[in-house]
Amino acid sequence: MNERNPAFVRGEMLPAREPPAGEMGLLKLLRKSLFNNWLSSILTVISLIVLVWIVRSTSPWLFDSVWNAHSLSECRQMLGVAEGACWAVIRDRWTQLLFGFYPPEQYWRPVLAFALMLLALSPVLFPPVPRRLLWFSAVFPGLAYWLIWGGTLWLPVTAYAGIAVGAVSLRLTARLGAGVGAGLAFIGALTWWFFASEPVTTMLGQLLPLSLAPVTSREVGGFLLSIVIGVTGISFSLPLGIVLALGRRSKMPLVKTLSVVFIEFIRGVPLITLLFTASLLLNYFLPPGTNFDLILRVIIMVTLFATAYMAEVIRGGLAALPRGQYEAAEALGLDYWKAQRLVIMPQALKISIPGIVNSFIGLFKDTTLVVFIGLLDPIALSNSIRATTNWQGIYWELFVFIGALFFIFCFGMSRYSMHLERRLRTDHR
Amino acid sequence: MMEPHYETEIDRSRMRVSDEVAIRIEDMNKWYGNYHALRDINLTVRRGERIVIAGPSGSGKSTMIRCVNRLEEHQAGRIVVDGIELSSDLKNIDKVRSEVGMVFQHFNLFPHLTILENCTLAPIWVREIPRKEAIDAAMHFLEKVKIPEQAHKYPGQLSGGQQQRVAIARSLCMKPKIMLFDEPTSALDPEMIKEVLDTMIDLAEEGMTMLCVTHEMGFAQAVANRVIFMDQGQIVEENNPHDFFNNPQSERTRLFLSQILRH
Ligand SMILES: Nc1ncnc2c1ncn2[C@@H]1O[C@H](COP(=O)(O)OP(=O)(O)OP(=O)(O)O)[C@@H](O)[C@H]1O
Ligand SMILES: [Mg+2]
Repeated sequence: MNERNPAFVRGEMLPAREPPAGEMGLLKLLRKSLFNNWLSSILTVISLIVLVWIVRSTSPWLFDSVWNAHSLSECRQMLGVAEGACWAVIRDRWTQLLFGFYPPEQYWRPVLAFALMLLALSPVLFPPVPRRLLWFSAVFPGLAYWLIWGGTLWLPVTAYAGIAVGAVSLRLTARLGAGVGAGLAFIGALTWWFFASEPVTTMLGQLLPLSLAPVTSREVGGFLLSIVIGVTGISFSLPLGIVLALGRRSKMPLVKTLSVVFIEFIRGVPLITLLFTASLLLNYFLPPGTNFDLILRVIIMVTLFATAYMAEVIRGGLAALPRGQYEAAEALGLDYWKAQRLVIMPQALKISIPGIVNSFIGLFKDTTLVVFIGLLDPIALSNSIRATTNWQGIYWELFVFIGALFFIFCFGMSRYSMHLERRLRTDHR
Repeated sequence: MMEPHYETEIDRSRMRVSDEVAIRIEDMNKWYGNYHALRDINLTVRRGERIVIAGPSGSGKSTMIRCVNRLEEHQAGRIVVDGIELSSDLKNIDKVRSEVGMVFQHFNLFPHLTILENCTLAPIWVREIPRKEAIDAAMHFLEKVKIPEQAHKYPGQLSGGQQQRVAIARSLCMKPKIMLFDEPTSALDPEMIKEVLDTMIDLAEEGMTMLCVTHEMGFAQAVANRVIFMDQGQIVEENNPHDFFNNPQSERTRLFLSQILRH
């Protein structure tokens, strides 16, 4: 070997070639992924057995089922000895599971609100949708409230007017400094809501009566209720969680202490106790005679609960950012809020997406806990359906239906978060 | 002692030092907890000066230049930048920061923004100039650092040398009067060091006031009009590059130079 000349000079450069085509056939692929050693072969066989067993034991129940019946006993009669599900109960009562005791002739209102919600969410979730639609997203909460609870349109309108009053006073008092301005704006908005909004609503209502038949909170139930609580909780817990996470990392001792106490207190208490507080205790603290809607109270509690978790998730994202990002933003002259908004938060939120969506899903499923304080969520309705003479004794079918609906929403959120993570990836080469 | 040298020809016609003071540091002291990191620093930098700061690790070089734009807070003495004294007044701090550009060892580009967005962010949000103008200016500076074609990529898709040149362009987009460099080439492979140094030399040729912490002594020799040697939080020696390299006065400087220039 020694006498060979080690020098080498390439005469011509090699052109780029196509990568080799995947030469593995289906059989080879199966073998590689399922049977490549004895352990994986055993696991594959066991999984197959379990799968077959599950399918065999559930398929008669799922497929030999009854869709047309008026009661469980009728179902049983039609089934005879065969095991089968009695889906007739869903057919009979699905509107109740979706809407609770909402007046049937008004079903179009929540349905319309749901469709508008999808429209309002689209510019937030999907950037190709024109940004101008964000105006509609801002108006949507008031509109949805009006559609679902009815009453006069002027109530949400004057509520929005309070925000406008706040914004205008902020503009006018800007010269007094940001802190004073914000305080005055807040006071201005509160004054409007407490003193002006009611007479203005009445007056406008007389001038131009635009109202829908009112529906009380006792009638709002089913998935409608879960979605109202879940969506409101989700949309408030994210911004509040951001503020709280920043508060916890703040250098101001008072802000920091308040944030820590809030987070630790709320996280340290089961949600159900907060809900009981909402339903019972708040009545003691509120001035007598105030009629504070139970659903609103529950929404507040659920939101606070989710906010504490959200704050911790986002704090994790903030802690994961290298110091250099803060320093670069500062060195460019960005002030605290601009640096947070343009540099820090977009990255911290991106890191936290899995945790955030996890909290959202948790919150949405936790809405079923309101059954314990007497609100008519789907679980409560399943109980009341079971209490009727026709459907006494039916369990599985109702729970499968409710579970499936929750699954659709939660799975949707999960898929969206994966899509979002992929879309925001900027480190691919 | 062997004098370092740099291969690129340097056009000195516009490298003029004026009498105006850009930065004045008087009896500045800084502690990290109980650790006395900077001790009685006195330094006056005139407009157009190019100062290289060298010294062993932990001597306080980074701390000193980070005090100039208040990334670190000093506890005693005065720092006046462009006529504005640095105190706890946030307005002054923001004003100074928007006049002083800084380039970091690890680039610190914003990974969620494209190169162009990195460069236009501060002009749009701090200087409040129209987006269109900011983009034109950014493209101009990206051309200057010779990477206009990367404008729509993300930082993660660029090489280290390219990222550092983007970081320089990002600072320049704020039209700073003073530029601070904290070991801008220490995280780079040898073949990328030169492209970054060449960019910095271009800046020097245009008369930018520069404070550079660097171990690139060839660069110091070529463009600096003063070299400062620091050790244990103090300025130990300060001289023009020729005398600094050929005739160092203090024993510490000699030792440091012999270590860093031994090849
Ligand atoms: N945030 C901090 N907290 C405590 N001590 C610090 C901090 N930053 C720096 N120091 C200490 O201050 C001293 C000076 O640090 P500095 O980073 O300025 O050194 P340097 O000269 O830039 O060194 P290098 O060449 O390694 O970058 C070091 O002893 C360092 O350990
Ligand atoms: Mg350093």
